[in-house]
Amino acid sequence: MKKKKFNFTFSADNGLVDRRCFLKSGFGVGAGMMVAGANASEGKYRDDWMRKPGSGMGESGPSIHESHIKRSNVASQPGTLGSGASRTPLQFLDGIITPSRLHFERHHSGIPDINPQSHRLFIHGLVDRSLSFSMNDLQRYQHVSRIQFLECSGNSGAMIAPNAPQRDVSQIHGLVSCSEWGGIPLNILLDEAGIKPEGKWIVASGADAAVMSRSVPLEKIMDDAIIATHQNGEPIRPSNGYPMRLFLPGWEGNACVKWLKTIKVTSGPSMTKDETSKYSDLRDDGIAELFTFPMGVKSIITSPSPGLDLLERGIYQISGIAWSGSGKIKQVELSADGGKTWAKAELDSHVLSKSLTRFRSAWKWNGTQSSLMSRAIDDQGNIQPNREHWLKGRAINTFYHYNAIQSWSVNSKGKINNVYL
Amino acid sequence: MFIYKLKYILIFFILSILPIKIVIADGEFTTQKPSLGKIVSIKEINAVDFVVMPDGDGLPIGSGSVESGKELFTMHCQACHGLDGVNGINGDLSGGHGTINGPVPKKTVGSYWPYATILFDYIRRAMPYQSPGILSNDEIYALSAYILYINNIIDEKEVITQKTIVDVEMPNSQNFIWAYPKKD
Repeated sequence: MKKKKFNFTFSADNGLVDRRCFLKSGFGVGAGMMVAGANASEGKYRDDWMRKPGSGMGESGPSIHESHIKRSNVASQPGTLGSGASRTPLQFLDGIITPSRLHFERHHSGIPDINPQSHRLFIHGLVDRSLSFSMNDLQRYQHVSRIQFLECSGNSGAMIAPNAPQRDVSQIHGLVSCSEWGGIPLNILLDEAGIKPEGKWIVASGADAAVMSRSVPLEKIMDDAIIATHQNGEPIRPSNGYPMRLFLPGWEGNACVKWLKTIKVTSGPSMTKDETSKYSDLRDDGIAELFTFPMGVKSIITSPSPGLDLLERGIYQISGIAWSGSGKIKQVELSADGGKTWAKAELDSHVLSKSLTRFRSAWKWNGTQSSLMSRAIDDQGNIQPNREHWLKGRAINTFYHYNAIQSWSVNSKGKINNVYL
Repeated sequence: MFIYKLKYILIFFILSILPIKIVIADGEFTTQKPSLGKIVSIKEINAVDFVVMPDGDGLPIGSGSVESGKELFTMHCQACHGLDGVNGINGDLSGGHGTINGPVPKKTVGSYWPYATILFDYIRRAMPYQSPGILSNDEIYALSAYILYINNIIDEKEVITQKTIVDVEMPNSQNFIWAYPKKD
């Protein structure tokens, strides 16, 4: 058989291979065939695990060989166990769905153990009728399901440090995850209660020990907010709000109140502790912006990335995620030379609104120092900014809503570091 | 092969002209909503409604002094927030005044928070951390008074009530703007 020969077309400098070439050639496939050897029977080779029946069915977790893939940076405030965050190990995942066990967490007073039989959702305030719903009631309403991301607005906040933090993707950017969220459109329940004309906002409160609360404009609630009861096909896990949470597509995670118990329709925001003292964006002139809800357009190369060093020169897949709180990802561009030249990445087929989008490209590493960057553009025309642009006009220690371009530097030994360019 | 196909085309044709009605046993598809919300009494709502608005809506009648607040603070708050609300293992509650528009802003209740009503709202919801819900309304007003006092916002003789907490002028209150709704 004649060996197939490919002529690579490079679309940008320093080894970025044209995306069409990447798709057609299917390189990476075709590692050496296993040679029939020591345990051959009738000339056929069997690995150890092919020589006796495997284990039984039922409950099973991930492979024991993947036990390093777990939530990272599990950290709580001093003197507490459940007031902190854990992060999604993005560098080990592919596609767009985050397995529920790996979805990031950010809690303010631990994870409550809620009995769904006694839990009720209350809708009150500026409504014609104050109502409450049991879980059984809610299951009878028509549900919707959508694949959408959830991002903590503190995600990537480490990137405001004056020196680039030498941490991995998960530790820096792991407060974003993506699930199929299922539940009831909230506008159906609010229509049932009847909103009074003065009602313009809602205040959502959780059934955790902090009775965590956020104010949300009624406009968003009536547009696409849901009471999420399901995540990736199963009931939401306790760490993500069991038995129900508020889910606001594209908006900062903190506003998507978990363990949702009450929705009060109000004339304005309550100015809760979180929406004023915490999740507000302070400018360098001392003015703070409240209610910066939608998460900005953003992308991260998840592989190669720190900790996933290159062992030899040659062709590698560049893979990453892009998302926007304002709509669909329109395009992701890649650079392997620190932003001098850019090439389009290939997007996986699931390009959904307010969802993670997986992008890929092939890259030929020639063994020299290289800088990998990705830049996302959404269908509303928003372009991911560079770091310098993002920092401009903000107070020195404000870190919410960081969405600047991430650069990874590959040195001549294949080691990957976080760099500011 | 052709005849085989023709047979199916013929069957399909006959079926399509027969007046077939698909009936789902004893039911119908509908666009109606289930409307299962149970009417809740005001009393029941009051028990689950924690919301306090900056204009004072939602605040219960009550009062508390700086002096009693200091005592309560020592008992319930100091372990995490430190003596006089600074240098504890968790967030500083006072200090940082005048730093918000400076080179290194330091956000505390006194230097940053826009409304004093947030103190009552947040303490009632979430504090003390290990045993939320143990404080009476008067005690929450007293703690609010003490935290305002350590920030030099009220003097030590003052009493905070559901009325006065609304009138407290927070030093940084004028420095917030709304990014929503977006201005075109």
